Amino acid sequence: MTPAALARLGGGTSRHIVILLMLLLAVLLAPWAVNDYLLTVLIVILYSAFTGQAWNIMMGFAGQLSLGHALYAGLGAYVAAVLFVDYGIGPWIGFLAAVPVAMACGAVIGFLAFRFGVAGVYFAILTIAFAEFARIGFDHLPAVNASAGLFLPVRQATHNDVWHLRGSPTMFYYVILAATVAAFVLCRLLLKSRMGYFWLAIREDEEAARAAGVNTFRYKMYAVMISAALTSFAGVFYAFFYNNLFPEQVFSIGRSIEMILGPVIGGIGTLFGPILGAFVLTGLAEALNAVMAFYGLDIPGAKQVLYGICLLVVIVALPEGVWPPLARRLGVGKDKL
Amino acid sequence: MTSQNRPSRRRVLAGAAAAASTFAAPTIVRAQAKGPLKVGMLLPRSGFEAAIGQDCQRGVDIAPPILKSLGLPDLTVMNGDTESNVDVARERAEKLISEGAQLLVGAFDSGQTTAIAQVAEQKGIPLVINIAGAPAITEQGYKFVFRNFPTAVTITADAFANQKEVFALAGVAPKSAVFMRVNDTYGTAMSKGVAALMPKFDMPYKIADEISYDPAARDLSVEVSKAKATNAEVLLIVGRLNDAMLITKELIKQRWTPQAILSMGPGWYEDQYLKTLKKMADGPISFVPWYDPNKKLAKTLEAAFVKKYPGSNLNTNQVFTFEALLVAADAYKRAGSADPKALADALRSTNITDNVSVGPGIAFDAKGQNAKVKDSAIQNRGGKLVTIAPKEAANAKLEWPLKSYQSRA
Amino acid sequence: MPVDVYLNVVVAGILTGLVYGLMALGLSVIFGVVRVVNFAHGEMMSVAMYLAVVLFSSFELDPLLMLVPIAAVMFVFGYALQAGLINPFITRPEHSQFLLIVALALIIVNALLIVFGPDARTVQTSYAYDSFQLGPVLVDASKAYAGGAAIAFAAALFAFFRFSRVGTAIRACADNYTGALVIGLNVKHLYALTFALGAACVGAAGSMMTLIVDVTPVLGPTYTLLAFVIVITGGLGSMAGALLGGILIGLTEAVAGLLFTPSAKSMFAFAILVLVLLFRPQGLLGKRLS
Repeated sequence: MTPAALARLGGGTSRHIVILLMLLLAVLLAPWAVNDYLLTVLIVILYSAFTGQAWNIMMGFAGQLSLGHALYAGLGAYVAAVLFVDYGIGPWIGFLAAVPVAMACGAVIGFLAFRFGVAGVYFAILTIAFAEFARIGFDHLPAVNASAGLFLPVRQATHNDVWHLRGSPTMFYYVILAATVAAFVLCRLLLKSRMGYFWLAIREDEEAARAAGVNTFRYKMYAVMISAALTSFAGVFYAFFYNNLFPEQVFSIGRSIEMILGPVIGGIGTLFGPILGAFVLTGLAEALNAVMAFYGLDIPGAKQVLYGICLLVVIVALPEGVWPPLARRLGVGKDKL
Repeated sequence: MTSQNRPSRRRVLAGAAAAASTFAAPTIVRAQAKGPLKVGMLLPRSGFEAAIGQDCQRGVDIAPPILKSLGLPDLTVMNGDTESNVDVARERAEKLISEGAQLLVGAFDSGQTTAIAQVAEQKGIPLVINIAGAPAITEQGYKFVFRNFPTAVTITADAFANQKEVFALAGVAPKSAVFMRVNDTYGTAMSKGVAALMPKFDMPYKIADEISYDPAARDLSVEVSKAKATNAEVLLIVGRLNDAMLITKELIKQRWTPQAILSMGPGWYEDQYLKTLKKMADGPISFVPWYDPNKKLAKTLEAAFVKKYPGSNLNTNQVFTFEALLVAADAYKRAGSADPKALADALRSTNITDNVSVGPGIAFDAKGQNAKVKDSAIQNRGGKLVTIAPKEAANAKLEWPLKSYQSRA
Repeated sequence: MPVDVYLNVVVAGILTGLVYGLMALGLSVIFGVVRVVNFAHGEMMSVAMYLAVVLFSSFELDPLLMLVPIAAVMFVFGYALQAGLINPFITRPEHSQFLLIVALALIIVNALLIVFGPDARTVQTSYAYDSFQLGPVLVDASKAYAGGAAIAFAAALFAFFRFSRVGTAIRACADNYTGALVIGLNVKHLYALTFALGAACVGAAGSMMTLIVDVTPVLGPTYTLLAFVIVITGGLGSMAGALLGGILIGLTEAVAGLLFTPSAKSMFAFAILVLVLLFRPQGLLGKRLS
């Protein structure tokens, strides 16, 4: 199969496929080319890209603004961590256990919101309330050590154990890379599916969609539940990578905001948006660190001020995000990606 | 020892080299001939723990001349800001190591310190913990992590022992206590310690109620009302600076002076507490890791501190941050090289008897913990802090009971 | 527990709630009329609080006296912010608005950190430790003054909206945007004015708040969330609702803290929020949403 034929299949030109393959190669070989610090940075970027995509399903595809997404990541993290610490159960099984919990939570929130007609900003505030509820609740839960924090046992890794997610940063890099690629593929399949079109209709004009016979309630629920399930995997990864969990941090509204920064900056509703947004934001943060270090500025808080200003500029100047204008430049059809 | 706020050409080049020389094994880059030891100092300089991080930094700033006068080698300190955030702490640790840090010191907060300890252990770069109370950190079987600070369990045990000494000094045996504590990592750990250890120490008082409050609370009137309603004789408290000030103000407004305020944490002895509350600050007793005012090095450190920061009192933050640097310099001298394994071995055999904190000195057990460090009981007196227990470290007499707040106007 | 403990806690809860209510009032005005989800509300209040602290420490000026000047300064700040930055975002989707203001909040919090440092600042007035004894109840003097000032300010604002021309025009905008345009009101200017008024409320609340709490740079987010809970509970677009919501939340937190674990008392506020959102989304005193 020639590159050109492959490209037509994916809906782009052969030039796009080549670029994509080059990027993929670069990303696959990264651990051999960078030092451990940069590898950690890449892991953080991919983590943001992954959670951004998960959140994007709810917002970008189905149009529901969730500002409490840390809830699902936190649930995933704690379920998997408790199973590992108390029963020695590995994270992949932990993930299987976490998914129903996260989906159930999402279903409850979705049901309450959609049945009672809570929408828009009110829905967003509802999601915040649930995340805060979880935060305070877990802060008092002895089973997870409450606010003292849950520590996963760590040994100096002699080999990479993917089943228990114990190993070098390189192993974690490939795990999160695989997850991000899987999420990307999943999102593309969803977007192109029948459900994807219903979501588009709901996002554009829910009333009209309902009038046209779409069961808006059901598809909004699907969006919430899929998004929640995916986000819970991020939580499992987080727990096993950082090895300590504090409700104050894991469920905090700061985390929820971090999750949405990527997609909003990158471009909501697009496939590449969350990924590009993650790269842009982390790159920005690291660049600012480097600039501050270079000029010898050791003022606590200065980096965040500059970061905030950059965010402001991007939001004002690029209302759709970074990806759509870039996509147009590259000549990629907007409905493809 | 230069504080690396200004980028030196050597550092910029080293950074470029580190980025480019991705295949170089760490040991080759690090085991250089004699020069200053590169110490990565990780503290929360921004974020909600910023005040404490900056307080610890003072211990770093006054260290160079003192270390030099002890005949110890120079240290080059590379500053890292954990931003009071676990993820950032991990990244900063990685970054400092990639920039050539040969030893890490940090980080005050248990969560952030745990993350840094994992990085240190994975990379085989020694970490000397200045302050962090969570017991779990030295229970992981790490070979490169060393802590010269008591765990929450030790702090609690010493607190009970010192309380008994204080009661003996005052000739009292309070029957009832109310326990107020902040609901964060430290407060919860202490709460568990109290529950586990109180029966073993056979304390004279019973805890009438345990009142846990939100660390972000800006108004503690309800909590103090609850405490007052128990009619307890003493107030046991684990909190931080802001809570200390809030609670004291509420005690005054609600017109309740307990016989004693026994604090098992920071806050009640800090500069801002003393400066803001003035006469109302006298009396509370804090059971905390502290310096031994009778030790020679402690006197030197205090003199240097007061000279540079007049109007401030030397406290736990500076003492233990200084001692961490002391430990690092001492190990470097004995190791003779900056090779991380050699440093770790040297650290393991540390034995410093001429130190600042209370106890026989600094030595690490097989887990990397200094199990011998003891805690003191200190009391606020006229804007200064005096040690009233244990006996070997005391330098003043106890004042008991608390003078009524209403009579202090 | 003896009755007087309950009485003390209830009184304290109500007084604190009044100041919360004033803060929320500003948000009710902003959210209810201009429809901007002001997630920097708490941060704006911390700016006002720092203003009060600086004025007190430099010139010994009591925050209660400085109420009006600080409110005026925040008024100007609010007007500039709305006209300059936020206005173009009114038509944009919610997530853009949200992030714009979140970025703003981030800048404010860290700028405050740089300028004032991380230590908590207090305002030590001469009456900072005073309390009144009314029968079995001990009333905190600072809270009493702050609560009283909150009521006075709210009353003044209410009168403004009810009886002045500009106030009526603003209410018209809120009720019917298109209609307001049709009859020739300068909506853009009125929006900016409203935002400015909301900011002034926040400024006044901030002055009063310094009597009750200490200010740190990171104070903002907690109060932002609190303001939203109060506004939604009390009812958008209703000033009495905001005050009532404030009192209700202040009271709930106080009593919950007394009866249960104080560190979990915020859960009750959130539980109320969820219940209101589900069963009475217009809030206690709000008008039915279209």
